[in-house]
Amino acid sequence: MSTTALPPLVEPADELSIDEVRRYSRHLIIPDVGMTGQKRLKNARVLVIGAGGLGSPAMLYLAAAGVGTLGIVDFDEVDESNLQRQVIHGQSDIGKPKAVSAKEAIAETNPYVEVVVHAERLDNDNVMGIFEQYDLIVDGTDNFATRYLVNDAAVLLGKPYVWGSIYRFDGQASVFWAAAPGGEAPCYRCLYPEPPPPGMVPSCAEGGVLGVLCASIGSIQVNEAIKLLTGVGTPLIGRLMVYDALEMEYRKLRIRKDPNCAVCGDNPTVTELIDYETFCGAMSDDAAEAAAGSTISVTQLAAMLKERQDGARDFVLVDVREPNEYEINKIPGSVLIPKGEFMSGDALGKLGQDKPVVLHCKSGVRSAEALAVLKGAGFADAVHVGGGVAAWVNQIDPSQPAY
Amino acid sequence: MRITINGVATDVEDETTVADLVSGRAEDRSRVAVAVNAEVVPRSQWEATSLGPEDSIELLAATAGG
Repeated sequence: MSTTALPPLVEPADELSIDEVRRYSRHLIIPDVGMTGQKRLKNARVLVIGAGGLGSPAMLYLAAAGVGTLGIVDFDEVDESNLQRQVIHGQSDIGKPKAVSAKEAIAETNPYVEVVVHAERLDNDNVMGIFEQYDLIVDGTDNFATRYLVNDAAVLLGKPYVWGSIYRFDGQASVFWAAAPGGEAPCYRCLYPEPPPPGMVPSCAEGGVLGVLCASIGSIQVNEAIKLLTGVGTPLIGRLMVYDALEMEYRKLRIRKDPNCAVCGDNPTVTELIDYETFCGAMSDDAAEAAAGSTISVTQLAAMLKERQDGARDFVLVDVREPNEYEINKIPGSVLIPKGEFMSGDALGKLGQDKPVVLHCKSGVRSAEALAVLKGAGFADAVHVGGGVAAWVNQIDPSQPAY
Repeated sequence: MRITINGVATDVEDETTVADLVSGRAEDRSRVAVAVNAEVVPRSQWEATSLGPEDSIELLAATAGG
């Protein structure tokens, strides 16, 4: 874990123009930044992923600070519901690509910044080529799949990854840089080795977010980016900043590098990019909506099954996988009705509305799709099991085989 | 023994591990990070990490919002 300043990430540019000296004078008179630090910022190339809640303040402050080249990755368009927090966009930008809107705003904030627009969805095919062009990555995406993709690509390329995440009144931030000098710095997977089951954790679109929280966390990210680029201060490496806006409290927790980490540990199993949609269990919007607030964990299910066994509760546990999967492993007390029968409607006749229904599959994606059908048919109290039988085998009954 | 979980004093059995604590609270393992006395315990070490009296535990929810 690093507790001291690191060497600057970027060499200084040759010179600042007269106009730049005037513009950045409040930086230049800080002894720790000075002319050399400002020239490093001018030479810096920073990539911001997502021109959304975190990306908005991050880009505005990175641009105002004089970061010479700012890359923006975003494929989305500005929506009215973005404007409560995505302050880089304005009323007249509604309907415009976010990357374009952000580029225009940056040009107004600081015309000396070169903006590179990557108006595409970050994926396995383009991520390495894009990341290679930058010194540092600032992450403001809104989903787990992209975050694991960004982390793994950053680890594989040795790039510092300035991470931030927000939800309602809570924020977290850290700098993940497994290749940092010293060799002890953790990556995102050392903190969160695998994503929560799909539908288990609501997004900001589902659960909401206090607009100003974006500035609280986004400004920490910019602060850390500037420190790394110019080599001042102690970077937030091996430390997690946790912010509670309701208590107005910042807490710092130490994060150690996990020797068992799948990507940056001693014996990594992830040595190239993987399928992140599968890893994180991508699902349809309908399924995600049905699963929000109607997802239980395998631990909860185990307690419910015990109560059912004791006669204290009744419900139907339905496994929506295929018969061949059911032969490999199963949750005791489940009945098999494959997902296809939900999609065709045939399953509805087999289930009465008199008992609550609990659905599960292998990982929680198919059961969420079936749950959407059930909810649509009036089974309002139906739930599904996050992580499915895979989580059951992993956490409750390791004697059964996984697949 | 008495420990503190997210600022709330809580009694747990002696020899409780981080893994016990998480499953006892019906949390899905992959949803949370756990810090003991302000240091995150890697998930691979949860079974092997026993809690002690007066330990201060922080359960952090994984979020991906941005």
